[in-house]
Amino acid sequence: MNDFLIREEELQQYIDGRMPAERMVAFEALLAQSPAAAEQVRRGRELTRLCHTEFDGVLNEAVPPHLTTAATRHSVPWLAIAASVACLAVGGSVGWFAHGELVPRQIVVQAPPVYREAAIAHVVYTKEVRHPVEVTDDQHEHLVTWLSKRLGTKLKVPNLHDVGYDLMGGRGLPSGSGYGAQFMYQDAKGKRLTLYVSNDKKGNVDTAFRYAQEGPVGVFYWIDGNFGYALSGEMERDKLLAVADNVYKQLNP
Amino acid sequence: MAGSSDIVIWIPRLRRYARALTGDPAAADDLLQDTLTRAMEKFSLWREGSDLRAWLFTIMHNLFVNGLRNRPTTVPLDEGESLPGHTTATDDSTVNDLVKCLAQLPHEQREIILLVALEDMSYKEAAQVLSIPIGTVMSRLSRGRERLGQLMWGGAARDEAGEVELRVVK
Repeated sequence: MNDFLIREEELQQYIDGRMPAERMVAFEALLAQSPAAAEQVRRGRELTRLCHTEFDGVLNEAVPPHLTTAATRHSVPWLAIAASVACLAVGGSVGWFAHGELVPRQIVVQAPPVYREAAIAHVVYTKEVRHPVEVTDDQHEHLVTWLSKRLGTKLKVPNLHDVGYDLMGGRGLPSGSGYGAQFMYQDAKGKRLTLYVSNDKKGNVDTAFRYAQEGPVGVFYWIDGNFGYALSGEMERDKLLAVADNVYKQLNP
Repeated sequence: MAGSSDIVIWIPRLRRYARALTGDPAAADDLLQDTLTRAMEKFSLWREGSDLRAWLFTIMHNLFVNGLRNRPTTVPLDEGESLPGHTTATDDSTVNDLVKCLAQLPHEQREIILLVALEDMSYKEAAQVLSIPIGTVMSRLSRGRERLGQLMWGGAARDEAGEVELRVVK
């Protein structure tokens, strides 16, 4: 019977992919002898998957203005501006109107700066352990073709292997009245960078390389025609600059 | 340097959690609004350099629990109480079932499952948000998942013979 002894906290760690690597082999041997525990693992993981299927859509819904007002009521005006821009970046104009909110039109057409959109998307998705990307790099061709089609341009996805980062995959996002694409990279220690491209930067003056700090996230960005590009990471400016320089050169040979 | 404007970048994730926790879009947005208002009022109490996400989710947790106390419209089933006539999921109702089944869990179990499975928090972070020891996180998570699985698909996890329930060592 001792073969069937499985500690509940280890079972949870295993379901969540949080079991220390050195324990995996021994634990899986135990699991192989307990169909009941294996069923709990299967169910636990299916529940996690269903939770994401059901609720992840909320991340991309437009946030009604009264909610961002709540985050700004007791504060200074610049924060109100930051908040309204942030909810636009997350929601996009389509979802905004779909909610039937009466919003002044000029707010909708005023696209948020690319560095802020990029920083928000960075924070939202890099913290995900299991669903950081929509399409993984296993399907590289599909990933690039799909997002290129969505943004209406042939996207080039930089290879950052030489500077220690490998492409994990990407996802599509709303961006103002257009679309955005986020590509996520990870180094050997699990540190993540994101490259964000938006096709909704018409009217922005072209810029060369610029830097912005959004909370914990550093962003190097530039505007090229209708397109805004931004590399985001939570690291020292100099380290991020080295990678950003590499990205810029690959995209602007 | 972090400022209170950093709060806005967590709005989508707080909103997802609130939606899953309450199962109702309007109630979720009310909870989110209260959370953001409280966070702005208390922002000077937030320690620079500490985990802003954990701080915000803690505020939401406290407001949610206080709300349940003041307005007990739903009565969670007691531990071990069985569910009457749970219907089997049909092809297109699986996802709806999740919302209904989550609503039937005691809120303590619902919260821990959502923080870990949906919000991807570490057990330590979840313990911090809920102000409970990590051992309680693990046992509550274990019971919650088992319960939610039963609500979704019926039965208990059994071995192939269908006789012996899994022996779990605490």
